[in-house]
Amino acid sequence: MTTDLFERFARGDLDAFETVFRQSHREVYGWIVRIVRDRSVAEDLTMETFERIYRARLRFDHTRPFGAWARRIATHVAIDHLKALRREVALPLPVSTPARKDPAWEREVRDAVAGAFRSLPATLQATATLALIEERPYEEIAEALDTSTSAVKSRIFRAVRILRRKLERLGIKP
Amino acid sequence: MNESEDERIRQLLKSALPRIANAEPTRDLWPDMLKRIEAGAESGVSFGLLVWVIAGLAAVAVFLFPGMIPVVLYHL
Repeated sequence: MTTDLFERFARGDLDAFETVFRQSHREVYGWIVRIVRDRSVAEDLTMETFERIYRARLRFDHTRPFGAWARRIATHVAIDHLKALRREVALPLPVSTPARKDPAWEREVRDAVAGAFRSLPATLQATATLALIEERPYEEIAEALDTSTSAVKSRIFRAVRILRRKLERLGIKP
Repeated sequence: MNESEDERIRQLLKSALPRIANAEPTRDLWPDMLKRIEAGAESGVSFGLLVWVIAGLAAVAVFLFPGMIPVVLYHL
């Protein structure tokens, strides 16, 4: 993307904004959907991200990569969504008597794990999703969260520790 | 926490919440995006107008009742 394009975008030119949007919204969507894990919600949050980007366009530094800036805003939007969602998430019920190899029990365990994971604090949940499930590099996660790689490692450690306690309370011994 | 326990949690998570592959929006998001931007611009205009109306009323009030200035300043 050229400097001229970003200059027109900064002036509020909607054609330039459309070009920026069309060139980068898939990447932003892909990042958000990995955090919130809901394709339909991710579409809405992608638009919310670009609405914030448009409002903050004068603060964008043309000398730095647009993608990294957009990803930071997208991460904040996704975490805000997880915070709102977390208030509505009910803790899963303890799983029934273990009967290994039983598909119904395995499904019950998977649901309990997913429920326990969704009840983690939003920032820990987002960090752990990107690191443990999506296996994104720590540096990339740190940049998106506007923090250091050591802070990312610390959040993953805390997320795993909380998750372990929650799973033990649900009768799942990891 | 040892590494094998960490790996076990990782496996449980991956089994409960599989990785997202081929993440693409299911539709063209630009038309809705444009509506949001235009709606935001419209609300921005009405907000600006409201600010000017309040500022105008305040100016008229100060002109008609200059004695209220110290009272207002005291309560700020």
